[in-house]
Amino acid sequence: MLRLENLSKTYKTGDQALKEIDLEVPEGQVMALIGPSGAGKSTLIRCINRLVEPSGGGAWLKDVELTKLSSRGLRRERRRMGMIFQEYALIERLTVMENVLSGRLGYVGFWRSFLRRYPQQDIDTAFRLLDRVGLLSMADKRADELSGGQRQRVGICRALIQDPDLLLVDEPTASLDPKTSRQIMRLICELCEERQLAAIINIHDVALAQMFVQRVVGLRLGTIEFDGAPGSLTPDVLTMIYGEEDWESTIRPVDDDHGAAAE
Amino acid sequence: MSVELNNVLGTRWRKPPLIQRAWLRRLLWIGFFVYLVAAVATIEVNWLRVYEGLDRGLLFILAFASPDFLSRSTDIWNGMVESIVMTVAASVAGIAISIPIGLGAARNIAPLPVYLICRGIVAISRALQEIIVAILLVAIFGFGPLAGFLTLSFATIGFLSKLLAEDIESMDRVQAEAIKASGSNWLQWINYGVQPQVMPRLIGLSMYRLDINFRESAILGLVGAGGIGATLNTAFDRYEYDTAAAILILIIVIVMALEYISGIIRARVQ
Repeated sequence: MLRLENLSKTYKTGDQALKEIDLEVPEGQVMALIGPSGAGKSTLIRCINRLVEPSGGGAWLKDVELTKLSSRGLRRERRRMGMIFQEYALIERLTVMENVLSGRLGYVGFWRSFLRRYPQQDIDTAFRLLDRVGLLSMADKRADELSGGQRQRVGICRALIQDPDLLLVDEPTASLDPKTSRQIMRLICELCEERQLAAIINIHDVALAQMFVQRVVGLRLGTIEFDGAPGSLTPDVLTMIYGEEDWESTIRPVDDDHGAAAE
Repeated sequence: MSVELNNVLGTRWRKPPLIQRAWLRRLLWIGFFVYLVAAVATIEVNWLRVYEGLDRGLLFILAFASPDFLSRSTDIWNGMVESIVMTVAASVAGIAISIPIGLGAARNIAPLPVYLICRGIVAISRALQEIIVAILLVAIFGFGPLAGFLTLSFATIGFLSKLLAEDIESMDRVQAEAIKASGSNWLQWINYGVQPQVMPRLIGLSMYRLDINFRESAILGLVGAGGIGATLNTAFDRYEYDTAAAILILIIVIVMALEYISGIIRARVQ
């Protein structure tokens, strides 16, 4: 469903963040993208929705070539790609509801959005999503009054109200405590399953990734070094991606079941 | 223990100086003192004249003890109303024009040509001092508050656009990015991604500018641009220090009231 061909990005400073990446994500697959800081994980997902302009290669979402789109076409396609951010990236001074509804900006005209007069259908969807993540009572709170985990849940609602085909998730758990991290990862993966969404999740925490996803891709210095099932992540593979370290305690033994690993 | 550590243990530690080269540092200090002495030496004070002037100064200060609000009350009232109308109108017009220019003058949201034009407007507005603009506009539009209104609007643009642009440039980029990622258009992006971030500062600056504009309106009268300044100027010309004192007291009271109100508003919008 999502296809990247020779996707490259060289920054103005000369840093080659991505080197001819080839990657295909089928419908409904949740994929974790792991790798050390500076490996190009953030750049990769930002090149897909073109928050960062790729410098070479192409990206296709279904049959649309994202990398060739005009700005109007790009805005239309961005609606199909929900993004969830590190540190949530909520508009701090707006209410929870405004933040969720901002996911509909691609669908409504300027005056409607300016006057906050969204179609009733959008409002109902927003309430349903907030209820689903357990924040219905917070709808009129300002975003900066929420805790980290709550904010990220609002971020998830904002991405889902776009009615996307693909989720781009950038370090969703980076500033959360271990328990909240698991809850957020579980929520994202459950929602992807419910809605048959594909997702690319950038994540630092290898063990957490292994716990929830169907596929892991390892990025190192802008190239894909590993692509396989979470069970096949061995100490050798991690050494290849991250460099020498004792990995035995980091990865989950393959025979360990979910119940034992959670909480 | 490593050799490196052994070598530094027991040695004194001082914060490294801002200017690394000792001779340059000393030269700058010496230069500073030489300049200071030379500058003081060039000030010529005619102490006899100061002694004579003290009487007049004293009269002026004493007038504050007996301000005369009444004998020129109509003039004061009209001048005040004119000043306030001029201030409010100029602030509203200036702020309305400043917002688009401020957006254009922020490098992180405006394309380069727009940025250069808007920065150019800001630079011109800031380079021309209010009095100079007022003299020019009085020459064009004649005596009266219209020239004052235009002057203050023009000055507001330079002040507010620059500070608004700087606030936009230092905003959180990721919040704005999140709005862009949802497929919003440019106006929606500004309305959701940028505006909430800069609104408190914009309101605070606007209040501050209102306050500045009122104080400026008192000065602009001196060059014929209307307002309470004209009344004040007349009072000085007639040596009516008690009336002048009344006007100054009114200005001080209004400025303090504005300061107090703007403090409350700024605390509310955070």
